[in-house]
Amino acid sequence: MADTIKVAYWPGCVSRGFTPELHGSMALVAQKLGIELVTLDRANCCGAGVIAEHNQELADTLNARTFALAQQTGLSMMNICSTCQGAQSECQQRLDADSAYRAHVNETLSGQGLAYERSEDGSWNNKNFLWLLVEDYGLDRLAAQVTRPLSGLRVGPFYGCYIVRPKERLGYAEFPDRDIYLEQVIKALGGEIVEYDGARKCCGFPVITMNRETSLRQAGTHVGDAIDAGADCLVTPCPLCHLNLDMQQPEAAKVVNRDLGLAVLHLPQLVGLALGASPKELGMPKHIASTKWVEERLTAVPA
Amino acid sequence: MAEYTIKVRRFQPESGEGPYWEEFGVDLEPSLSVLDALLQAKDRDDGSLAVRCSCRAAICGSCGMKINGQSTLGCKTQIGEAQEQADKMLSATGATADVAESPIRGVGEGIMGTESGPDIETAPLEVDGAAPIVIEPMGNMPVVKDLVTDMESTHWKKIRRVTPWLLPHGAPPEREYVVEPESMIDITQSMACIQCGACVSSCLSMEADPEFIGPAALAKAYRFVGDPRDAETVERLTDLAHDPHGIYDCTHCFSCVDACPKGVAPMDQIMRLRRKAGEEGIHDPNSGHDHEIAFVKIIEKKGTLDESLLLQESFAPGVIGKLKPTKRAIREMLGSLPTAFRGIKTGKMRSLPKLIPGVHHKLPGGAQDEVKAIYEHAEAHNEEFNLYIKGEEGDLVDEPDVEKGAERSTSPENPEAK
Repeated sequence: MADTIKVAYWPGCVSRGFTPELHGSMALVAQKLGIELVTLDRANCCGAGVIAEHNQELADTLNARTFALAQQTGLSMMNICSTCQGAQSECQQRLDADSAYRAHVNETLSGQGLAYERSEDGSWNNKNFLWLLVEDYGLDRLAAQVTRPLSGLRVGPFYGCYIVRPKERLGYAEFPDRDIYLEQVIKALGGEIVEYDGARKCCGFPVITMNRETSLRQAGTHVGDAIDAGADCLVTPCPLCHLNLDMQQPEAAKVVNRDLGLAVLHLPQLVGLALGASPKELGMPKHIASTKWVEERLTAVPA
Repeated sequence: MAEYTIKVRRFQPESGEGPYWEEFGVDLEPSLSVLDALLQAKDRDDGSLAVRCSCRAAICGSCGMKINGQSTLGCKTQIGEAQEQADKMLSATGATADVAESPIRGVGEGIMGTESGPDIETAPLEVDGAAPIVIEPMGNMPVVKDLVTDMESTHWKKIRRVTPWLLPHGAPPEREYVVEPESMIDITQSMACIQCGACVSSCLSMEADPEFIGPAALAKAYRFVGDPRDAETVERLTDLAHDPHGIYDCTHCFSCVDACPKGVAPMDQIMRLRRKAGEEGIHDPNSGHDHEIAFVKIIEKKGTLDESLLLQESFAPGVIGKLKPTKRAIREMLGSLPTAFRGIKTGKMRSLPKLIPGVHHKLPGGAQDEVKAIYEHAEAHNEEFNLYIKGEEGDLVDEPDVEKGAERSTSPENPEAK
């Protein structure tokens, strides 16, 4: 048995808001995998790019505070949201690029007894659960934990923009396969990969309040393409994508003028199913698009 | 020398046939470009293969195309790297980029439509182990022939839409305009554009909304908005903020950032346009600015996001927004009710803080005060920071002035900072 992984855990806002099933399923799956989570309950919103659009220094300082809180625990950080990953990586890049700026930001934090230290060798890092699962936990170790292989379940990956672009910022030089991890995880869990057009495209969520039609057309198109490609469900490491793909799915169906009705699973839920957790334990009844078909598929095809 | 198979999406309008895939075997060094491979195929196998090119050195911007689904320049992509990418995607997904790519759009119709085009005849994969390198014309544009797209209808028209020339007021100076070097450095990044259209090809917002002004034109707009000689900054920003397909129609997907061969990062320029529009107090009818302000204020008060409050404040901000809601606000709020009811039904939103705007909790144990303290400092200070200018650490060892960036920018709270 390899070492226990222990991380400073930033659940984000949406996983405790409109997608509570994500936070719950992550806790359950971490326990099953033997990943110890030290929750950062004093940490703040990553800003989702919106605060950076308003004031970069504000966004950078807010995220430096979160990093500093994580560093206080002596642990690397884990998030469960592509958007947190992207927004935090952007701030970390600016902070790491300039020692004078970092000193300036840390001066603001000094009153709170906090400081963000750049990790020269990358030993302190902030990884989405997807990255941690592949890079630190390991696919072989994950496969060995599987008690209920997802045989016959056809899963379409949906990454979320912030975890695949821009490549230069998101560590692709060191980890060039980060844009195929979802496929690797689906395979390790015994599922079938469904290739369709939208896997690395945008769910449209960031403009839902500004241009509802553009936003829902994106979500509806991707869900429709996945259905046409034969998917039983989608899986995503991003709760904001989940909001547009699942919660808004009935509205998206109206915009693209077709029937949809495709289950969208959070990454920990897909892992949890393969580890033997029940859909109910994983909060799947809370979804808007019914997950019944996924349950039926898993019952119909023997493990 | 190494052998490669390139798989090209072809379209010959004079044939009267629909588009089709054709594979060519080529033979060249891995360090040579995908454009070199295309020219070899044209030279050896089929002179009718159409591709635009000129400088072959990523300067002229003629050879924009999609390689394995990624919008880029043919001359800037090494064939060896393209092969690695094609192999990687095949091994991960069991599919090549031609399968993953959307059906042909608008070809032969002369317009950019969203309907599916005719089915493509797919040539069988027969290469031992190696995946073919898939080459397609740029997206979001009508195809003229093979890899040649019509850039007039979607690229140049949008560029002209943003008035891409300087609009100074008053009589011109006797000699040249004199400006601070820093203020010109600020727009250097947007000036690096070579008009290749790769960002337009990659734009995911434009895919859903063909009327979106788009990354190339908006980056060009910033080039003039940020220019200290231009006297119509507010007019430009107002125009771009009020357009329903303007700066607030960008979904922040980073596709253009990865597609741009010159590091322009068009999306970053769009975010700077939004920031400037906010600083100028421009109130747009798309809820763009209201959404931003609502988001920023909620985190100051609560530390984490109060989603229902964000929705309410984006559409009906403050007391005035609620006493006199706009027609759009009423429509959007009513439109969100079915979603809320569904959320209550499944249990997703079955709690008061999720339903009643403003009930959401603060961060615990004094943490909220820490967040507020950060706001107080940063909102007074507002350092804007352009990575393109600053570069990596090490380049800046002699940079003595920590406050330099702050002096370059202004904030509404602190206009004297300049």
